[in-house]
Amino acid sequence: MIRFDNVSKRYPGGYEALSGLNFHLPRGQMAFLTGHSGAGKSTLLKLIALIERANQGQIHIDGVNLARVGRRGIPYLRRKIGITFQSHKLLFDRTVFDNVALPLVISGYGTAEIGRRVRAALDKVGLLGKERAYPITLSGGEQQRVGIARAVVNKPTLLLADEPTGNLDPELSREIMQLFAQFNQVGVTVLVASHDLDLISQMPHPILRLKQGRLIETGGIPET
Amino acid sequence: MKRPQRTTRAPQPPQGPGATRRQHLALNQWLRSYGRLHAQVFISSLGRLYRNPFSSLLTTAVIAIALALPSGLLVILDNLQRLNTTWDGSSSISLFMRQTTSDAQTDRLANELKSWPRIAAVHIIHRDQALEEFRELSGFGEALNALEENPLPGVLVVKPGNPDETEALLDDLGRLPEVELAQIDLQWVRRFGTLMDIGRRGILVVGALLAIAVLLIVGNTIRLDIQNRRDEIEVSKLIGGTDAFIRRPFLYIGLWYGLLGALLAWILVSLGFLLIDAPARQLATLYDSSFLLAGLSWQGIGILLLTGIGLGLAGSWLAVGRHLDDIEPT
Repeated sequence: MIRFDNVSKRYPGGYEALSGLNFHLPRGQMAFLTGHSGAGKSTLLKLIALIERANQGQIHIDGVNLARVGRRGIPYLRRKIGITFQSHKLLFDRTVFDNVALPLVISGYGTAEIGRRVRAALDKVGLLGKERAYPITLSGGEQQRVGIARAVVNKPTLLLADEPTGNLDPELSREIMQLFAQFNQVGVTVLVASHDLDLISQMPHPILRLKQGRLIETGGIPET
Repeated sequence: MKRPQRTTRAPQPPQGPGATRRQHLALNQWLRSYGRLHAQVFISSLGRLYRNPFSSLLTTAVIAIALALPSGLLVILDNLQRLNTTWDGSSSISLFMRQTTSDAQTDRLANELKSWPRIAAVHIIHRDQALEEFRELSGFGEALNALEENPLPGVLVVKPGNPDETEALLDDLGRLPEVELAQIDLQWVRRFGTLMDIGRRGILVVGALLAIAVLLIVGNTIRLDIQNRRDEIEVSKLIGGTDAFIRRPFLYIGLWYGLLGALLAWILVSLGFLLIDAPARQLATLYDSSFLLAGLSWQGIGILLLTGIGLGLAGSWLAVGRHLDDIEPT
């Protein structure tokens, strides 16, 4: 599903965020991505979602070479990937329902279909009663779950999460991670970036470890 | 990459050659959701204007004034031009008889002239008739009574058959022995026409400048709107919104501004028309004319609305083209 071949990313100014990455995350697999801040976790996720482009090497997502995806193709690639962000990136002038519905609106679904799918997604993250609430009235954990509902509402085949437990207490963090594991159980490929080693080492999923832009441990994920 | 399942009703990216029936079906669904997207934005963008009534009204009013000014001037110009065509009879030739010419001689000449193929019609004004008319219209009635003798000559008003030959005819008629003076009012008709041309061009220049102003107003309003909705644009791009999807609400807002501005301009022009209609009627009665002011024609209203919509769309297109690419998720 995700395949990196000798991928390097250098930001303008010469800072090398990632160098010579090789790994292959098979379809239906769940894995964690860890490392100190600045190790390149976020950059790796950005390369997958084409928020940044690699300077060197090749990335294949679901068999598609990202170097071949032009500007106009990016939206269609992103529709197949659900992403959650550490800062949630919710729209605060809209209700929870409208936030979660946005990917479906973008894809042009009808109102009835949108209502059904949004409620299903909110139900999965345990926020069904909050659809009319505004994000500002929700706790950090609830906001993160709204972000997750938005990421999965379009039934993506790949789910990326950037520090989903960033500011949450251990109990809430565990719940969020369990949520990702549940999506993985129904066949979604999941890659979660997190520095919460205590938590992720308790879970039965391989851990990719980054250090200064290099992959120093793949936890059993095949290197390419 | 695997295609999304057919059971979804999501629009598909344009597909390659080799259209099968399945693809045909997909195209159908694509069209339906495309129409749905447009209908949605059409309404929601109007709702967005409605939620900020003060600033929306302000922008709309500025656009309306900018559109109403040239439209109003054009209406006035059109009315003047119609006035001019009702005066087209002024290109007829007035023959002033010599004082020594009697009414009988005048009648005889009139009969002769009627037989000329170059002349369409001849209208006779006898000396007494002329005096009577002058007495009524000039208000010098008392003074005229003091005159011992009628100072006015008889007049023949000759309507040329072919307007292009008017001047040649004028020369010939001037040489007739009974005629003191042959006069034509063509000159000032021409001057009036030239003035109208200048007016028309002036309005064109003013109109073009105001059109640019509307473009800039809409463009600037949309630019501010884009800045205010930065987060929304960024998030939309992150979750797979195409450029067209992100552009669409702004283009529709531009369209609404243009349309509403044009409608308000129509109202302004109509109000102005109502204000001057009554005095114009009075003036026409004073001149014994049946002239009626004409407001905006349906065609004019159509052009006004289309111009408004066009300028609104163009203005927002300019702003969107310049500013949307600046916002990329990081």
